[in-house]
Amino acid sequence: MRSLRGTAASSFALLVLLLAALLQAQGTPPPTPLTLISREGRRPVPTTLQSGQELIALDDVAALFQVAVREDTLTGGMTLTYRGRTIILSADQPMASVNGRVVTLPSPMVRSGRRWLVPVELLPRALGPIYDQRIDLRRPSRLLIVGEVRVPRVTARIDAPGPPTRATIEIAPPVPVSSTVENGRVSLRIDADGLDVGLPANGSGLIEQIRPGDQANSVVVVLAPSAGTARAAVNTADPAVTRVAVEVGAPAAPPPDVAAPPRPAAPSSEGTPPVVARAGVQTIVIDPGHGGEEVGARGPAGTEEKQLTLDVARRLRGLVETRLGLHVVLTREDDKAVPLDQRTATANNNKADLFISLHANAALSPRVAGAEVYHLRLGREEEQVRREAEAGALTLPVLGGGTRTIDVVRWDLAQARHVEASATFASLLGGALKERVPTGPRGVQQAPLRVLEGADMPAALVEMAYLTNPDQEKLAGSEDFKNSIAQALYDAIVRFRGGGAGAAEQAP
Amino acid sequence: MTRRRRIAAIVGGVAVVGAIAWGVSRGLERFVRPRPAQTSPAATAAAPTAHITATLYYASQNGDSLVAVRREVPLAEGIVAQGRQIVAAQLEPAPTPYASVIPTGTSLRAFYVTERGEAFVDLSGQISSGHPGGSLTELLTVYALVNTVTANLPAVQRVQILVEGKEVDTIAGHVDVRRPLQTDLSLVVESQ
Repeated sequence: MRSLRGTAASSFALLVLLLAALLQAQGTPPPTPLTLISREGRRPVPTTLQSGQELIALDDVAALFQVAVREDTLTGGMTLTYRGRTIILSADQPMASVNGRVVTLPSPMVRSGRRWLVPVELLPRALGPIYDQRIDLRRPSRLLIVGEVRVPRVTARIDAPGPPTRATIEIAPPVPVSSTVENGRVSLRIDADGLDVGLPANGSGLIEQIRPGDQANSVVVVLAPSAGTARAAVNTADPAVTRVAVEVGAPAAPPPDVAAPPRPAAPSSEGTPPVVARAGVQTIVIDPGHGGEEVGARGPAGTEEKQLTLDVARRLRGLVETRLGLHVVLTREDDKAVPLDQRTATANNNKADLFISLHANAALSPRVAGAEVYHLRLGREEEQVRREAEAGALTLPVLGGGTRTIDVVRWDLAQARHVEASATFASLLGGALKERVPTGPRGVQQAPLRVLEGADMPAALVEMAYLTNPDQEKLAGSEDFKNSIAQALYDAIVRFRGGGAGAAEQAP
Repeated sequence: MTRRRRIAAIVGGVAVVGAIAWGVSRGLERFVRPRPAQTSPAATAAAPTAHITATLYYASQNGDSLVAVRREVPLAEGIVAQGRQIVAAQLEPAPTPYASVIPTGTSLRAFYVTERGEAFVDLSGQISSGHPGGSLTELLTVYALVNTVTANLPAVQRVQILVEGKEVDTIAGHVDVRRPLQTDLSLVVESQ
């Protein structure tokens, strides 16, 4: 009885193996069919996968491209004829003779039943040179492009997990794009015959996924259930690429209030290492300017910039940690000199989502007064780096299939990628400071500040007050002022997390 | 007798001393005279007659911007020599009612211009050690120097500041001066 059961089981296993072998010999259809795009429209191209090689039947090639196929019984090869031009394939060589020129193929043709199968690369490599129209095989996006059709390449990336979550979708060469924001998604309709999409792209923050839409020329940004309002802005200024900036804010939160109780609802980063899912702003690095022998600005009554910056940094850390439950790191914990690069490195190594450098100002005239906010102004070299980074993102294959896009940015100019988010953050800081402390006429400005250049996250520098102004120096020493500054910076952080409401959008 | 002798000796002594004194003074005169004779042509060449009018930058009266001030600077032969004169003038105290944005005591160590139109202004350590700090004032200091050089030497497009002959990150901890900087007139206001 037991042996009978054993025999039955083993014969079943044998049957399964046999079936599997048969399927292997027949080839399996690819997970996504190849799509042919031409002036006439789109149609699927039947192909099969056999030992990792994608094959197409010669009679399908004949039907799709009006090619005459003839078997050469003498040599055992095949001859394809298109308008008097010929391709000769031999049965066992991974190559083809195209009008007398030899081109290589990844594998020789194989017989499957009564059909001959050839590698799909035959189409661009052998048929392309003798065909009247362009034949372009784009394997990653599973497209076979025939003739002059507009099939721009579409790539997407998440710029900041936020909130607000910011993503950029690039369409090259540029074509008109219209966007609609519906429930839970942002749809882009791209004026093209088809799209060569490097998608879906995994989301981050409030964006779940960026994937091809239901239409052949649409792309959909799928929002997370917790997402608030979403906006899309189409930028056609660049002659090489159309950019669509998508911004997704958090759900409308009650306006920040000093008297508001701590918010337990805020996502806590405690116990979660910063490497996993950086949903929104989770880590903030605060940089108390100067320190040690490097005193910084000094007031007539002796107030030192290095003391004030560390004092306010500690107050701000307290607010952010207790009320928002975020991870806060200071670039220095005590009165010591820290090189500027090391301060930026602290932010980058902690994978901070925001970087705030605290300073106190000095002027030649004792009359100059008021807080100021600075964000980075790119020099000519940095602009160049920024453009190169946008154009030259490397797409590398990843183990297990698929690709991954890697931005190439020099480490010491990492801020070039975040200039727009930093401008938003700086304007939020400027607004929040104005509500609580005296601000200067310059308010928010751009400058080539060293400590911001290498920061790979939105970053700004705050000059809290002018120590060279006796009134401001006195003010800066007061508990009230230090708490107000910390509270204003905290407000700006909350607003930045909440989607930058009221902030200037899409700096050109 | 002895009295006469003594008088004669005194007279003789005085005469000898007088003769020596005359001789020494003549000799000294001869020794000294050629020097002013030699230096006088150079002195006339460097005499403050040939000038150019240069645009220099100082802190405005309210201290939060730069103002452009036209000042006479000695004419010099060639871009490098002229550049030295201009930077040296910029390091001088400011005319009233303005203030200099460059710390007192800062001196020009070297000035040179590359073929790529980049000028290097090498300043003494006082530019850093004497700096009052603050982003605003540091921006004023840096761009007063950059703008002064580019405004008066059209062949120069960018200016790099060196301190004691070395490239530095910043002068006072804020503004990046690791690379040559371009003119920035955003901090400049019309002189009041």
